[in-house]
Amino acid sequence: MVVHSIEVTVNGEPRQIAIPPSMTLLRLLRESLALTGTKNGCAAGECGACTVLLNGEPVNSCMVLAVECDGAQIVTVEGLAQDSRLDPVQQAIIDAGGVQCGFCTPGILISSRALLDRNPEPSEEDIREALVGNLCRCTGYLRIIEAVRLAAQTY
Amino acid sequence: MAEAQAQNIPSPVGESKPRIDARQKVTGSAVFADDIPHGNALLYARIKRSSRPHALIRRLDVNKARALPGVKAVVTGEDFPGYIGLYLQDRHIFCRDRVRYVGDPIAGVAATSEEIAEKALDLIEVEYEDLEPVFDPESGASDSSPLLHPELGQYAAANFIFPQAGTNISNHFRIRKGDADSAWDECAAVIERRYHVPHIQHVPIEPHVAAAQVDVTGEITLWCSSQSPFAQRNLIAQAMGIPQSRMRVIAPFVGGGFGGKAGVSMESLAVAIASKVKGRPVKLLATREEEFVTTFVRQGLVAYFKMGCDSDGHLLAMENRFYWDGGAYTEYGVNITRASGYSSSGPYEVPNVKADAYCVYTNHPVGGPMRGFGMPEMHAGLEQCIDELAQQIGMDAVEFRRINCLKTGSILVTGSQMHPTGLPQCIEKAAEAIEWGRKDPPSAPNKRRGKGLALMWKAPAMPPNAGSSAWVELSEDGMVNVGIGGQDLGQGVFTVAAQMAAGALGVPYESVRIATPVDTRYSPYEWQTVASRLTWSLGNAVVNAASDARRQILDIVAEAWEESPDDLDIVNGVVVSFRSEREIALKSLVIYGMPKPDDQGWRGGPIVGRGSFMPTYVTGLDPETGQGARAVVHYTTGAQAVEIEVDLETGRIDVLRGASAFDVGRAINPELVRAQMEGGFVQGMSSALFESLQLRDGVVRNPSFVDYRIATSADAPQELQTFIIEVPQEDGPWGARGIGEHSMVPTIAAIANAIYDAVGIRLDGPPFTAEKVYLAMLDAGIVQ
Ligand code: FES
Ligand code: FES
Repeated sequence: MVVHSIEVTVNGEPRQIAIPPSMTLLRLLRESLALTGTKNGCAAGECGACTVLLNGEPVNSCMVLAVECDGAQIVTVEGLAQDSRLDPVQQAIIDAGGVQCGFCTPGILISSRALLDRNPEPSEEDIREALVGNLCRCTGYLRIIEAVRLAAQTY
Repeated sequence: MAEAQAQNIPSPVGESKPRIDARQKVTGSAVFADDIPHGNALLYARIKRSSRPHALIRRLDVNKARALPGVKAVVTGEDFPGYIGLYLQDRHIFCRDRVRYVGDPIAGVAATSEEIAEKALDLIEVEYEDLEPVFDPESGASDSSPLLHPELGQYAAANFIFPQAGTNISNHFRIRKGDADSAWDECAAVIERRYHVPHIQHVPIEPHVAAAQVDVTGEITLWCSSQSPFAQRNLIAQAMGIPQSRMRVIAPFVGGGFGGKAGVSMESLAVAIASKVKGRPVKLLATREEEFVTTFVRQGLVAYFKMGCDSDGHLLAMENRFYWDGGAYTEYGVNITRASGYSSSGPYEVPNVKADAYCVYTNHPVGGPMRGFGMPEMHAGLEQCIDELAQQIGMDAVEFRRINCLKTGSILVTGSQMHPTGLPQCIEKAAEAIEWGRKDPPSAPNKRRGKGLALMWKAPAMPPNAGSSAWVELSEDGMVNVGIGGQDLGQGVFTVAAQMAAGALGVPYESVRIATPVDTRYSPYEWQTVASRLTWSLGNAVVNAASDARRQILDIVAEAWEESPDDLDIVNGVVVSFRSEREIALKSLVIYGMPKPDDQGWRGGPIVGRGSFMPTYVTGLDPETGQGARAVVHYTTGAQAVEIEVDLETGRIDVLRGASAFDVGRAINPELVRAQMEGGFVQGMSSALFESLQLRDGVVRNPSFVDYRIATSADAPQELQTFIIEVPQEDGPWGARGIGEHSMVPTIAAIANAIYDAVGIRLDGPPFTAEKVYLAMLDAGIVQ
C-alpha cells in the first residue's frame, strides 16, 4: 500500500503522520490520533457531526482526504477548551440546555465557533443558517440557537 | 416515603440542575460505542443482504468469499438455528431458507479491513426463487394473501399477544365496550375516515454500532449503542443457546435512540459473526443506508375511524380499525398493535367502542418501536376526526374536547378508571398560548393562516412486570455513586436519577455520580430504556436504594450517639440530630463505620443501599373484549397547539408558533422536561411535514439524508411555548411520570387541523409536503 507522510497541526500540536491515500480526515482524527470527539454520522457529507475547523473554516471532515491536509491547521472539539476553561460556546450550550444525546454537539460547537469568529454579532437568521448543515435529532434546535446567541454576548 | 423526603430542605428535586453529562459531551470526552478502542486484533464486519422482497434462498455459496485473503469468517443462517424476538420469536439472526424484505441479512463477513469485508460480500453467490410479495397491510390481512410466515402458529409469543396461525396477522387486539353497533342511531353526527401514515425512520445521528468478542469458553462480550443492554443479553443469549450470565453487554453513551436502539436489531449479527472467530473483537457499524433500511423503522398504518356524537357534542360511539404494516418480522411490533388497541379511543371517554387492531406481516423493512409507540400514527387521524365531528355539529373544536376529554375517574376504553389527570388544564394552556379563537391576518397576501390543536394520551407499553433496580454506595470523600441499568439517550435520565438519589439521601446534587457505562456485569437490572418509563420506574428503584442507604447510615449514627434514628436527618451530606444538635459528615462514617459509645468496638461498615421496583397491579385483558381491571400502569396526557401559514403559491407550510402542555405528574428537572417537549415537537413537526420512507416494490428509495429530509435549524418554529402541568402520579417518585415520547404524539394532527383552518383541505396522511399541499389546493379549487 502506498503511504503518504503528512504534517498537520491539530489543536495546536504539530504532528507527523503516515497515512494511506484514501484515508479521510475524519478517520485520521478518530483512528490515527484517537481524537474521537469528532463524530461519524453518515460518512457522506450530509449530517455535520464530523465538522472540524480546517485552516479556520468549518468542513465536513468525512469529505476531506487527509492527504489534502498536509501543512494545515486543524481544530477539533477537543481543542476548544483552553486548559480546563471552556470556550464560551461550550459554556453557553450547557447553560442553554442545548445538549441532549450529545452526538451532534461537537459539530455544532465547531460550526458555532466558526460563525462567531467571522461574525461576532450574528442575528438569529445568521445562526440558523450557519447551523443548517448540522443535523440534530434531539433538541429541536431552539436551545442550540439560544446558546450561540448567549455565547455571542460573552465572546 | 418520597413525599416525606420532599420536605427536606434543600432538595435538588424540582430544580433545573445542569446535565450531569454536559461537560463530557461538550468537550468531546463522552465515549460512544464507536469510540471504544479494540486494539489491533479488531476485525470489521459487513452484511450480505437480500436484494429481493420475498423469496426462497435456492443456493447460497460463500466459498469464494471465504477464500479471499484477509477474510477471517463468513457465517450464514445455517450456523444459527435459534429464534429471536421480544414479544414474538419470529426471527432468525440470519435468514435460513427465506428472505422477507430487501435488506434481510443472509450472511456476515469478518475481515481485517472494511474494504476487504465489502469485497467479500460481492463474492457471495445467492440464487433466489421469488415468491409473491405482500406490500399492503390491508390486503395482507386477508385470507387469500400469500403467507410470509407459514410457521406463525409455532412461534413462541407473550401471553398477551394473539397471532392468527395461517394468516399474516401476528397479533389481533380487540375492544368491545358497550354496544357500538346500536349506538349510531342515537348520533346526531357521524364521521367516517381513512388515513394512511407512512413508514418513517428514527434517524438518530449516531448510527447503530456493535462490537462483539467471544472468548474461548464461549462467553460473549458486546459493546453497542443500546437502549436495552439487559434485553439484548436475554434475547441474544437465548438465540445463541447460552445462559444469560455468560453474556455481557457494555453500553456507553447513546447518540440518540428514539426506540430504534431498543430490543435487538443488528447487535445479534455482530455476536454471531464473532462466535466464529473466537478471541477477536468484531465490529459492525451500520452505514447510513443500513440505518435507514435495516434497523427498526416506524411501522406504516392504515387506519379507519368511525365516530359519532349527540347534538350536545357528547361522543357516543367509535368504531376503529387499524392495519399496522409490521414488515418482515413483527417480534416487537405486535405490542405496538396492542397499545393502539387499548388506547384506541384517544384521550376521550366514549361509552361504546369497537376496535380491531391488526399487526400484519408485509415484505417491508422491520417495524419496531419508535418514540410514541404507535400513538403519533393513531392520533394523526383520530384527532382530525374529532375536529371534523365538532365542526359537523357546529361546536368549537376546543370546547368539544373540553366536554369529552378524560378527566379524573373517567371510564377508559378498557373499562377501568382514569387516575388523577391534568388533561383539562393542558387543553386550556395550549389553547390560550396560541390565542385560540383569534384570527390574525397572514404575513403576506399569498399566504393563509390557521390554528390547530390536538390532544394525546399514552401509557408505557411493556410487559406488566417490567422491573428496575438500583444501588447506592458512598466513597471515602462522601461522594455518592449510583448504579443503574437504564440508559441516557439524551433525555437526561442520569441527571434525573442523580437528583432523585440526592433528594432521597440528603446530599447535594453535585455529590452524586452515576456509575457508567452501563455494564450488565456490574450494573443493576433494568428491563429496557423505553416507554418513557425510567423517571417513574427506575426513579422508584433509585429512591428505594437511597432510602435504604439512608436507613443504614442513620442506624449507625443513632447507635453511636445513643439516640433514636427518628431524631436524625441527613442534610447536605451531614447527619444531624434535632435533639442533641450533634453533627457528623457522611464521609466520616460511610466506609469505616463509627465507634460504639465508650469506644467498645465498632458499628457499621461500607454502606450499600439497594432498591428495586416492579409494578404488581397490571392485570390481563379479556381477549374478546379488551376489558380488564387495569390495562396499564398509567397514562401521560397532554395537548399541543400550532399556528401555521400556508403559502398559496408553493404549498409550503411554515409553523409560526407552537405550544405544548403535558401532565408530567411532577417535573424532577423542569428544564429537562421542557427540552423533551421542544425536541419532541420538532421531531413531530418533521414527521408531519417532511418524512416518509419511500417504498416501491419493497425497496426504500430514499435511504440518505439528501433524499430523506429531517428538520434542520432553519425549520424549527420561531416560538415554542411549553407548559408543565403537575397532577401527581400516585406511585411515581415525588409524583413523577414520563414525558419523553409524548411530546411528538399530537403534532401531526395539530398541524393537519391548522392546515384545514387555513385553507380548508384535509390530506389522507402525512407528510404534508409543499407539493402535496399545493396539489390538494389545486384539486379543491383554492388556487388555479
Ligand atoms: S459524518 Fe461527515 S457529514 Fe456526516
Ligand atoms: S443532541 Fe442528539 S443529535 Fe443533537
